[in-house]
Amino acid sequence: MPQTLAEKLISMHAGRDVKAGELVVVDVDFAYVQDWTGPLTVDMIHELGGPLVKDPAKAAVFIDHSSPCSFKDIATGHIKLRDFVAESGCMLFDIGEGISHLVMAEKVTSPGMLMVGADSHTCNGGALASFNTGMGSTDIAVAMSTGRTWMLCPEAIKVEVTGKLPHGVYSKDVILCLIGTIGADGATYQSLEFFGDTVEHMSIPARVTIASMAVEAGGKCGLFESDGQTREWLRENHRETGYRDIKHDPGAHYVRTVEIDAEELVPMVSFPHKVDNTRPITHPDCADVHIHQAYLGSSTNGNFEDFEQAARVLKGRHAAPGTRLVITPGTKAVYRKMMEAGLMDIFLNAGGVINSPGCGACPGSQTGILGDGENCVASMNRNFKGRMGNPESFVYLASPATVAASAIEGKLADPRRYL
Amino acid sequence: MSGRAWKFGDDISTDLIAAGRYAYLRTNLPELARHVLEDARDEFRSQVKPGDFVVGGRNFGLGSSREHAPVIIKLAGVSCVAAKSFARIFFRNCINIGLPAVRVDTDKIDEGDQLELDLPAGVLRDLTKGLELPFPPMPKVMTDILAEGGLVGYLKKNKGFVL
Repeated sequence: MPQTLAEKLISMHAGRDVKAGELVVVDVDFAYVQDWTGPLTVDMIHELGGPLVKDPAKAAVFIDHSSPCSFKDIATGHIKLRDFVAESGCMLFDIGEGISHLVMAEKVTSPGMLMVGADSHTCNGGALASFNTGMGSTDIAVAMSTGRTWMLCPEAIKVEVTGKLPHGVYSKDVILCLIGTIGADGATYQSLEFFGDTVEHMSIPARVTIASMAVEAGGKCGLFESDGQTREWLRENHRETGYRDIKHDPGAHYVRTVEIDAEELVPMVSFPHKVDNTRPITHPDCADVHIHQAYLGSSTNGNFEDFEQAARVLKGRHAAPGTRLVITPGTKAVYRKMMEAGLMDIFLNAGGVINSPGCGACPGSQTGILGDGENCVASMNRNFKGRMGNPESFVYLASPATVAASAIEGKLADPRRYL
Repeated sequence: MSGRAWKFGDDISTDLIAAGRYAYLRTNLPELARHVLEDARDEFRSQVKPGDFVVGGRNFGLGSSREHAPVIIKLAGVSCVAAKSFARIFFRNCINIGLPAVRVDTDKIDEGDQLELDLPAGVLRDLTKGLELPFPPMPKVMTDILAEGGLVGYLKKNKGFVL
């Protein structure tokens, strides 16, 4: 029976051929938690009373959400996590190492794996042809302790993206366009699978941007086939032996096909307070939106390439008076690469503030919370009311280039005039 | 179990249920529960009574995987979340912590209606209106998890998953 990417990857971990709609128990290659969901996972693991972790080499704790910590209660939660690591022998990525999903992409995630993480953006790993999906703390407790979980093999939606992306238009614009088209629940319980020549030319960081936002359409995962781009990423990260071919089968059943003509795309913006509330930057609604803060970072746009995209716009320019420019590199490796490539100078000269690697301002508890009535344009993944720490503020989502252009003008702006 | 309906709209995100600005209360669940759904309906948290129902629209619970969202709804005394549809992770989290979550046509329910959940029969009854609202049957593994009060209880009993 021809298989979708989701069917193929789940079958590989269920020990038999599985088709969409079936419930299966699967072997989990890796399970991880972060510092907001992790303390509850540790409690549940202790309650289960079994092994703390089935295999310490297949479990990790990331301290990325409050990193370095801004609250005493969370700092105490961090102690609980570090104690768990010491007791269980699992991996620890402490403050400043970076966002879980991006560190995983650098160090662990490989084609053909199946992973679960206590963070909704775990689907990020689909960029590397790995079946990665987010779950809650208790599910991850079970996956860590037993090495297994149960799941429904999802139906799949085929997203066919064709043509060359125009100048100033990026993978972020592709995924915002898709979510605007199918809606914030357009792929609920489903696997979004991306194909077409546009996708074939995308680097892994560009694919990460798309895969990570699958959940913003309700998707269980956002998957790409492995190919030369995958091989190149693994080579850059000294893991080329981890490569394997993961392809869908011709004739596999997709419940729906969505076609996107990349050549027709323009920079996109998601308006508050819903990710699917999208407008092209050329829409009159975008004409006069004052921006108090421009934010670059998050698991969706926290790779080097994302900051490079913004730096091309900001080079030799400065943020407008009254507009704060805040930057959070996704990982320590990204941070180092930004220094080496001179990006830090570009951002500092543009009036930017550079935070330590991690989730930064995205989860709304630190380093970039907004004031009442303020607007922020961010290269993040969600803009729900209260997301950046204040229910009286407004978050607009866009590509790093659009964020950079908006910083320069102090209002939502089209990046194409700076490129 | 019966209780009063509290109506919420579409797209109630986990940020509205358990706001990021209260992240510092993540390890103090009873205190976090005092802020449950604060940014959606501020009066809910002080007026909700044991047994009450949270009644949402489409895509209830979208966003973050934070299990704290259903946990604090349950801690507030809510007996069931009913919605037209649920976001995947939130739905699974509800079942894992033993909070029934059912998909029904919530347009038929009004604020303050007296509701009763009959899980074995697969219906939510609106006692005020004399209506029976059926919901799609859950997979056996999910009803079994609910019957044990959540995933931890289920696994302690079964020592593994029985599909």
